[in-house]
Amino acid sequence: MFIVNYIKEVFGAIKSLLIGMRRTGYYFTHHKEIITEQYPDNRNTLVMADRFKGEVVLTHDEQNEHACTGCTACELACPNATIKIVTKFDITPEGKKKKAIDKFVYHLELCTMCNLCIVACPTDAIKMAQTFEHSVYDRNELIKILNKPDSKIRAGIE
Amino acid sequence: MFRETEILKTGSQILPIKQNLEGAGDFVINVGPQHPATHGVLHLVITLNGETIKKVEPHLGYIHRSIEKMCERLNFRQFIYVTSRMDYLSAHINNHACAMCVEKGMQLEVPDRAQVIRVIMDELTRIASHELWWGAMAMDIGAFTPFFHAFREREKINEIMEETCGARLTMNYYVPGGLMADLHPNFQKKVKEFITLFKLKIDEYDELVTGNIIFINRMKGVGILSKEDAVSYGCSGPAARGSSVSNDIRKLYPYAVYDKVQFDEILETGCDSLARYMVRIREMKQSIHIIEQLIDNIPEGEFQAKTKAVLKLPKGEFYSRVETARGELGVYIVSEGATTPYRIKFRSPGFSNLSALDKMARGSKLGDLVAMMGTLDLVIPDIDR
Repeated sequence: MFIVNYIKEVFGAIKSLLIGMRRTGYYFTHHKEIITEQYPDNRNTLVMADRFKGEVVLTHDEQNEHACTGCTACELACPNATIKIVTKFDITPEGKKKKAIDKFVYHLELCTMCNLCIVACPTDAIKMAQTFEHSVYDRNELIKILNKPDSKIRAGIE
Repeated sequence: MFRETEILKTGSQILPIKQNLEGAGDFVINVGPQHPATHGVLHLVITLNGETIKKVEPHLGYIHRSIEKMCERLNFRQFIYVTSRMDYLSAHINNHACAMCVEKGMQLEVPDRAQVIRVIMDELTRIASHELWWGAMAMDIGAFTPFFHAFREREKINEIMEETCGARLTMNYYVPGGLMADLHPNFQKKVKEFITLFKLKIDEYDELVTGNIIFINRMKGVGILSKEDAVSYGCSGPAARGSSVSNDIRKLYPYAVYDKVQFDEILETGCDSLARYMVRIREMKQSIHIIEQLIDNIPEGEFQAKTKAVLKLPKGEFYSRVETARGELGVYIVSEGATTPYRIKFRSPGFSNLSALDKMARGSKLGDLVAMMGTLDLVIPDIDR
């Protein structure tokens, strides 16, 4: 009986190896599926998911106007002190003082893309962009001022 | 202990090895902190007698980021994202535990839609985590191809996550009271595609690795952890279920909608590495089963409960626990009524599971250590936090 069991065991072992080899052989001969993204080569055709969190941007329209009121809700929501908003006071035509943003400073090097600032924004002024190639030679280049020069707050947003 | 330095001190005169000296004849080697088989910066100091392991001492602290202390500075909305960095392979499940603890404290009612989506996301994460483990486990043992097979399917889950949550690994999708955003319109279609694909592929996993005689011989009878030891070391998750300890939090203390879905708690009686391996393979099939039940029945409605802008927990202590891919994760919050937690403590599964490694490894050969460590599914940032 011992010898029968031994032979059974040996053949069972060989069979198990052959089953695995058959699967490997199948993929060796059926290599139609290409899963790997050929990244630097497919740069022009690469489509990122529309919710992909790449970096925070302040959206501007054609008139170079944005919707940021300088309420600092995003600054308070950020866990890493990524956002710093510097405000100034504009004089409206009626002669009143109005708070507006001077600089929207965004530290990309500290950002973890947690999306909390976007959720906190009451006027949907900021959003996540789908860019992801953030490598630079100097870390100071990662400190960005998001509002474009001479941009204004869109009329009607309080 | 007899060390090389002592030989050097004595100059040219080489002392005979004193047999009666404690630790004489032992050989101490370091595995890690930079070793591919430890999957991170785990440092094991191993005392050997010949090739037999006498003692395994894990040295921790290489990736300690003091997450618990960090959380005390952050408010109840912010601290959740940090926990994705603990057990990064089950980031969603970690976030679920934290969000649940805050909801428990505030007595928030989470909408049904959010609960169901959370469970689907958790189970997808569990599959992704087990798949990575499966590939890495086979690679530790010496098979290289399974790694690519595992990552091929894991990529599909990552794509689903990227589409809905906006990130592939550290998603931060759960907020106290529900979810950060609603599902992507393609979500259901993509998950269904994944289920049909995965059901075909999981049989390939069995063909490639599970039935393989070399693999079975490496795993069977290796790293014996008896039921009593598994309980006394506080093991949880698949590591304990391989020793037939019933400890699935999803079954014992159901949260979200786990009490409304049908699934089995996987128990194996082998107590060895192969048993722990089989638990995870069978658990993946159960996860698919859970997703199948829920994916067509996502209720309509709100995905987030209405909350105030600033969350405040009442004074008191709150605890919640979930079943991550590695075991039980507990979140304990002490609140003084402020916007930030007074003290926060995470009971991570990896730490307790690692403590059982010494017990498992004693008396076995050094080559088997990798097979034991692999089945514990250690994620070092989870152990160190």
